[in-house]
Amino acid sequence: MPSLNDPTIMREIIMDHYQYPRHHGLNTDDSAYESVNMNSSTCIDNIDVQAKFDDEVITDIRFDGEACAICTASTSIMTELLSGKTIDDAKKIIDNYMNMIYEKDYDADLLEEAIAFQNTHKQANRIKCATLGWKAIEKLIARKTGGEQDDE
Amino acid sequence: MDMSIYRHDFPMLKGKTMQGQPLVYLDNGATTFKPQPVINAVVDYLSSYTANAHRGDYDLSAVVDERYETARADIAKFIHAKRKEEVVFTSGTTDSLNLVAKGFAKTYLQAGDEVLISVAEHASNTLPWFDLAQEIGCTVAYIDLDEHGCITMENVKKAVNEHTKIISLAHVTNVLGHVLPVREICDYAHERNIIVCIDGAQSVPHMPVDVQKMDCDFLAFSGHKMCGPTGIGVLYGRYELLKQTKPTRSGGGNNARYNACGSVSLKNPPEKFEAGTPNIEGAIGLGAAVNYLSQIGMDNIMAHEIELRRYAIEKLSQIDKVQIYNPDANLGPIAFNIKGVFSQDAASLFNKYGVAVRAGQHCAKILDEYLHVTNTVRASLYFYNTKEDIDKLAEVCKKGDDFLDAFFE
Repeated sequence: MPSLNDPTIMREIIMDHYQYPRHHGLNTDDSAYESVNMNSSTCIDNIDVQAKFDDEVITDIRFDGEACAICTASTSIMTELLSGKTIDDAKKIIDNYMNMIYEKDYDADLLEEAIAFQNTHKQANRIKCATLGWKAIEKLIARKTGGEQDDE
Repeated sequence: MDMSIYRHDFPMLKGKTMQGQPLVYLDNGATTFKPQPVINAVVDYLSSYTANAHRGDYDLSAVVDERYETARADIAKFIHAKRKEEVVFTSGTTDSLNLVAKGFAKTYLQAGDEVLISVAEHASNTLPWFDLAQEIGCTVAYIDLDEHGCITMENVKKAVNEHTKIISLAHVTNVLGHVLPVREICDYAHERNIIVCIDGAQSVPHMPVDVQKMDCDFLAFSGHKMCGPTGIGVLYGRYELLKQTKPTRSGGGNNARYNACGSVSLKNPPEKFEAGTPNIEGAIGLGAAVNYLSQIGMDNIMAHEIELRRYAIEKLSQIDKVQIYNPDANLGPIAFNIKGVFSQDAASLFNKYGVAVRAGQHCAKILDEYLHVTNTVRASLYFYNTKEDIDKLAEVCKKGDDFLDAFFE
């Protein structure tokens, strides 16, 4: 079985999620969805991310917007990875993802396809792209748990 | 004329690499590299004759005064101003345009008066006018662009009405790159007592500019886009208009005398705008920059860039997957996309091959309806760029399908 660490596989994962993003398109009918708009002040990525919670569980995440391949694919993977997870599990995955991006220790097993972004630090200008969607879900979780801060 | 000889003057062009590849710098619309004479001029002030300007009664300070004012005179000559007192040092184009809006227009205009701009303007020639409109109740209206994104005399005439008091436009826009017919606009405007302000950020570095021939009332430009240091720029203004312009900052050096009752008599232009210790090394550096550019000749610089631009358009047009948005512009950046590749991803691909270009909306955020695209890659040239630089750009464009490579290797 080919390893997820193989650059060819990683490229395929990103291309696949870029061309066929999962959980794409916002749900405008269900008012239970919480929304956040994220745009990077230094580049063009501009996405909306939605999440629906059922008590401690993130039942669904959706997104839409205009963004580059890295931002689109990383957000798409995030929506797949975190939908259906409890808030605690989701937080653990998010922390590991951020650790990977910032070259700290992380548990690759938790990240599944998201490890396709393990080389992001080599292109420092793409860190914002690879984390925008992830920061969005962090924000939504913080809002849900009452810890949202007035940053950015 | 062989411009490549000047490359030797630029330390940044001597073997510098990016991502392990020889650097190809095509982001000159953002900022330019600095030649050794400019670097020397700055270092010389910092290491050989540091003192404040307009202050001391000792020899060293007198030298600083002399160099600072010589720089002003050299810049005045460079843009063919009538007198050096028409050159005000600012921190850059943004600062200069803010001075026109908030120092001049704020008292010159009344509620209901109109300022005309275009949708192709940079934020710094848009937002100060928005601020002013909110503050004093003037209005901001737009001159329509034609189908190529140009401002034509016909459209200027259509937009001007009895409320129009100021027209403020880019000489060369930072995305589309067409050269504005400044003289014609000024003639038409002046017959109607309309003030014309020109944003020269993308023109003064690239072509001969003569404020008397253009007959504009104000001209704003930045030093760092023309081989000078960052943090220094110029507002040229007709002397009698500068006299009417209020300083937007007060403090040391801009007043002749004042008393405790609050009565202040200001100095004359340009000193009244330069309160506080000025950016002395910046001004001296910019003086060195205009002398350096003059030595090469602005005609030669423009001719080289036009030729290089033409070469680039020809090269890029041959690549099926490249779409160019402004092939007919005479000067300025080339706005393009690699089909199917988001501009940000394209810029990363170029980065991987050592090519510096910018992706994005380039501050002209309201351009969508003319380019029919929300973002582009922008390659902007300067006289030190070569055909080899363009060849490299074209070569990377052909690799567009592999844009994710940039992310893996």
